[in-house]
Amino acid sequence: MSTELQIKDLTVSFDGFKAVDNLTFSVDHEELRVVIGPNGAGKTTLLDLICGKTKPTGGSIRFNGRDLCRLHENSIVRYGVGRKFQTPSIYPKLTVFENLEISFPRGRGTWGSLFFKQSQDVRDRIREVAREIFLSDHLQTPGEHLSHGQKQWLEIGMVLIADPKLMLLDEPVAGMSHRERQQTADLLRRICKGRSVVVIEHDMDFVKQIAHKVTVMHQGKLLVEGTMEEVQANEKVKEVYLGD
Amino acid sequence: MTALYNRALGGKSGTVGLITLCVLLFLVFPMFLDNFRLAMMSKYLSYAFVAVGLVLCWGNGGILSLGQGLFWGFGGYCMAAFLKLEAAHNIAAEKGSDQIRALSTVGLPDFMDWNQITELPYIWYPFRSFSLTLALVFLVPTLLAYIVGTAMFKRRVGGVYFALITQALCWIMEIGFVTRQGWTGGINGITDLRTCMGWDIRTKSAKLILYFVTSGLLVGCVVVGRFILSSKLGRLLVAMRDGEDRVRFSGYSVSNLKTFIFCVAAAMSALGGALFSINVGFMSPKLVTIEPSIYMVIFCAVGGRYSLLGAIYGTILVSYGKTYFSEMFPNLWYFLMGSVFILVTRFFPEGLAGAVNHFGPMLGRKIGSLLSRPAQPALPGGAVAMLESERTN
Repeated sequence: MSTELQIKDLTVSFDGFKAVDNLTFSVDHEELRVVIGPNGAGKTTLLDLICGKTKPTGGSIRFNGRDLCRLHENSIVRYGVGRKFQTPSIYPKLTVFENLEISFPRGRGTWGSLFFKQSQDVRDRIREVAREIFLSDHLQTPGEHLSHGQKQWLEIGMVLIADPKLMLLDEPVAGMSHRERQQTADLLRRICKGRSVVVIEHDMDFVKQIAHKVTVMHQGKLLVEGTMEEVQANEKVKEVYLGD
Repeated sequence: MTALYNRALGGKSGTVGLITLCVLLFLVFPMFLDNFRLAMMSKYLSYAFVAVGLVLCWGNGGILSLGQGLFWGFGGYCMAAFLKLEAAHNIAAEKGSDQIRALSTVGLPDFMDWNQITELPYIWYPFRSFSLTLALVFLVPTLLAYIVGTAMFKRRVGGVYFALITQALCWIMEIGFVTRQGWTGGINGITDLRTCMGWDIRTKSAKLILYFVTSGLLVGCVVVGRFILSSKLGRLLVAMRDGEDRVRFSGYSVSNLKTFIFCVAAAMSALGGALFSINVGFMSPKLVTIEPSIYMVIFCAVGGRYSLLGAIYGTILVSYGKTYFSEMFPNLWYFLMGSVFILVTRFFPEGLAGAVNHFGPMLGRKIGSLLSRPAQPALPGGAVAMLESERTN
């Protein structure tokens, strides 16, 4: 297995506070990695750093050999990194179909988008993704009318339709019912074929279902890394989660 | 062909709305308004270009510019400069007239003469040619919008800060134009414009023709606007307005998209300004500063900032109201205008178009049920068509 994402000595400080502190870790091809940790551990900041929303103060992020720190956000996306945000951010006024259409990776320039043609292959791909994210029956529903769980799925779909090589999912099952969680777990297992996925999640049952490997972060640092069983048995992890 | 019909005209309902507007502009107004009021209408319509541009960049793109007068003004000044040079040449040709005797430098615009300028400034050279002037009408404001847009949007300046910066730019422009008297005519602006390529623009027939040209170009702007809004770019604008980061992390350059739509709005405004100069016969810094720029936003808000057609109706209504009320109650007018703006944004954030969308269907059903009892065909076709159009736009 080749290493896709390589993070080395990554540090970012906000006014002296180190949100991510000397972090080194890597994710392999077709791997589904879950990052867990108590609040304020720097998990979301880590994703922000990878997708370019925040620029690091030190260290490097290499993806398929390229240094992501030097690229603009939109270039990082075009290079194959997709990001789903913590609170589902979809376009409330647009329908599910339009939400997905906008996320389709064609016509991304200004002129390209002006003369973008909604051809058959685009429509097919949108329907295919909609089926994947359980929203086939809601193609014409405006985003704002979806339930919270459906919004989560839609945003996953919006990332998925661009066919990224690395998917970053921030709390994909927050606010979902038990059944929806099951469906999402199946979805994620399907998704990680042919790409790497990094998931941030709190729900341990869910993590157990999907994770190949788990990384535990604490105060911006890497605490432990390993399989779910290893991590759960670890004394340091227990301490961090249960408190002093 | 059908794609073009759907995109530029907005399908069936969009076409109905557009046709209604055309009927109003090309038939009803010329038939029922006297020359004076029709000339006034040309003036209002030249403001409507700005309102249409604002629907694109503010209503749909979420970029509030309180300084569209800047672009409108540059367009207007470019056109005025050309007309003024021609007027100066004409005066020079009138041998021995009082006017020519009063001027020490023949062939220069009068205000330059008053400011002891004896040679045409370089900056005025391009305005000797009509085609170059036309190009500059679009190029100068669009380039300016491009520079402002790139500088601001790349740095993620938005919202109130952007609005304030556009205001400041407007003010800078006013100061510039007032203080460079010799080049711009100062506070009086560029006045006494008479002919365009030898065609007297002050006659009744010329005013009528100019009215039709203005209307035609305005309809053209609506079609262009429709084309943009119905493209993926249009949906991206709405998406950006509601979730800028999501668009950015779907691989788009948000600043490029914003700059583009800002430039389009600027180009439309500039066209309106140029038409104002030629319709009204003068251009002055008071017309391009902060206050008119805010009026333009009010036009757009009252008409409906999401609706291209609504913005035009809003401009006509508010401008007409302004003329009417400011003739009757010159002092009260500002309060009235202010309250209208507050009321509309508070209770009808979608403006007239939104109100019609909301009440139109109800009214339509009422009319329908009234009409269906006696066996009569639909009566107020125009009214219904207008309601239809507003609803879909």
